Amino acid sequence: MDDFFTSAFLTGLIAATLRMATPIIFAMLGELISERAGVLNLGIEGTMVMGAMVGFLTTLTTGSLLLGVAAGAGAGMLLSLLMAVLTVYLGLNQHVSGLGITLFATGLAMFLYRLAVGSPIVPPTIDPFTRIEIPVLSSIPLIGPALFRQYGLTYLAFLLVPLVAFFLYRTRAGLVVRTVGENPLAADTVGVDVRLTRTLCLMAGGALMGIGGAFLTLAHQNMFLIDVVGGRGWVALAMVIFGNWHPVKAMIGALLFGLLDGLQLRLQGSDLAIPFDFFLMVPYLMTIIALVLVSRRAQVPAALLKPYRREDRG
Amino acid sequence: MRMRLERREPLPSWVLVLLPVAAILATLVLSAIPVALAGANVFEAYVALFQGALGSRFNLIETLVKTSPLVFTGLAVAFAFRAKFWNIGAEGQLIAGAIAGGVVGIYGGALPSFLLIPLMLLVGFLAGGLYACIPALLRTHLQVDDVVSSLLLNFVMIYLLSALLFGPLQRPDAGWPVSAEIAEAARYPVFIERTRLHLGIPLALGAVLVVWFLNQKTKFGYQARAVGSNLQAAHFAGIPTNRVIVLTALVSGGLAGIAGVGEVAAVQYKLLTGFSPDYGYTGIVIAMLGNLHPVGVALSALFFGIINVGSQTMSRMVDVPSYISGVMEGTALLVMMVFLLLKDFRLRIERR
Repeated sequence: MDDFFTSAFLTGLIAATLRMATPIIFAMLGELISERAGVLNLGIEGTMVMGAMVGFLTTLTTGSLLLGVAAGAGAGMLLSLLMAVLTVYLGLNQHVSGLGITLFATGLAMFLYRLAVGSPIVPPTIDPFTRIEIPVLSSIPLIGPALFRQYGLTYLAFLLVPLVAFFLYRTRAGLVVRTVGENPLAADTVGVDVRLTRTLCLMAGGALMGIGGAFLTLAHQNMFLIDVVGGRGWVALAMVIFGNWHPVKAMIGALLFGLLDGLQLRLQGSDLAIPFDFFLMVPYLMTIIALVLVSRRAQVPAALLKPYRREDRG
Repeated sequence: MRMRLERREPLPSWVLVLLPVAAILATLVLSAIPVALAGANVFEAYVALFQGALGSRFNLIETLVKTSPLVFTGLAVAFAFRAKFWNIGAEGQLIAGAIAGGVVGIYGGALPSFLLIPLMLLVGFLAGGLYACIPALLRTHLQVDDVVSSLLLNFVMIYLLSALLFGPLQRPDAGWPVSAEIAEAARYPVFIERTRLHLGIPLALGAVLVVWFLNQKTKFGYQARAVGSNLQAAHFAGIPTNRVIVLTALVSGGLAGIAGVGEVAAVQYKLLTGFSPDYGYTGIVIAMLGNLHPVGVALSALFFGIINVGSQTMSRMVDVPSYISGVMEGTALLVMMVFLLLKDFRLRIERR
């Protein structure tokens, strides 16, 4: 344990934190955009699994990593389109529809993967993304190699956070999205197509979830394993609430999760008194506590979970 | 062209009974697509599915063994959903019950079977039930959304199980997360020798009757339904809504906990990580497919038991990956939801 706080350890830990936070951030942003428009997408976990699988198979067959990412995003969009049909157009219960999509997508992803590769003893692998070193910046001591020697998708995730925040709070389209999530009747009155807006937000969100999943099979690992997503979708969902529906605050939650995940990997080998499972529990407990703290002044989009039927306008 | 939903005249009640049957048929039709995609003859594949699940005494018993925990988790979710307590946490409650019942089973070997097994059931019921009370109390007293809190508590319990199995409950000589075996007296009795036709199966049937009785014949059942159909109206009618929700959670989580006890006492005989193939989440689908009615739950659980066991045979016989069971479960849920919608609304397509 002597080398616990050496600079190499710290650099490694910070780098791991950003890396582990990456898929969470993608999925979290996707969920946040959907929820801001008024739809809770519990299909998030299954959408990530599908993104991970489709991204992997695409890269395996074409050899192109970028195509893999794009295919992962496309798969996520398709699943979210299904979610939109069920919840936006048919007005079905969002909880159950989302869980149904997760079940369906997880089952289908495993099924299609088996169809495509069979069950070989050694699972097929791809050449994953390599890290991109940003010149000059990456030679800053300690934090340089931690922050500026990362996967392209990691840079993209952290770039997307302020972009999504800017979109939601500083653009007209963002205002429309938020209004649709807060007061769809008002949005409708001024001529906004509520259902189309929600569908587009769900699909954009699904694309991000799919990319989050694809990161896991194309960068974090180089193969598709059954539990490759391993509940990260639910963590991302929790981070949206933890961050009170704000991208930057939710990112801080995702970083905290990344830190715990990174620590956990490093502590597994050491003879620490606390089992590492308690570390893994922390994000969930933290979110429940956050739920308690914010429940009274939470910025929950007012129309979340409520289908909008123009006919009901009365 | 645009779609419109308009409310239709209430359909006769026999339609409600037919809905799950229709949903199951539609699921079989839709699932023919992935089956055909796998290059199998759809007819042969389904024959293999049903033969694998029901074709011999052994297979039938295996199906019932898989059905038993699903009945419990299905009932757990259905009971909660009827009162609109959105319990997504049956998986965690099941694990809580398994841990509590398992600990009693491991250390209670001194007791005779007829005391030990009821004690395990009681402890498992309480562990699952009390764990479900957390999201209920968070909702009634702190306005915390029950869907998210009950979902998150699943992971807390999964990691707690893992921590216990790497810690105090780990079998001393084991290098992996597994507990010692439960005492001989803690094993569920088996009714036919050399099969797994165990106590959990009649227990599941009993639970169906108990839940039906609770729903239909007791004041609590009436109150839970009132809370579910209109919380505010129930409150103004003088029903102690908070108490009803917490009690509902206790029963709901308790049922899931008993499913966990059964997995330890009749299937695994020990605690290990990942022993539940998402029985808790599948319970949500089963509850919906069964239209939240105990008998409907029992039948949809049986259908899922058939899919689970039969898909293994289908995989062996016609080489369709057994993951088809997950696809079918998800499809069944989505189809049932659409059917439930079409029960109340008709879809009008207008051309302009």
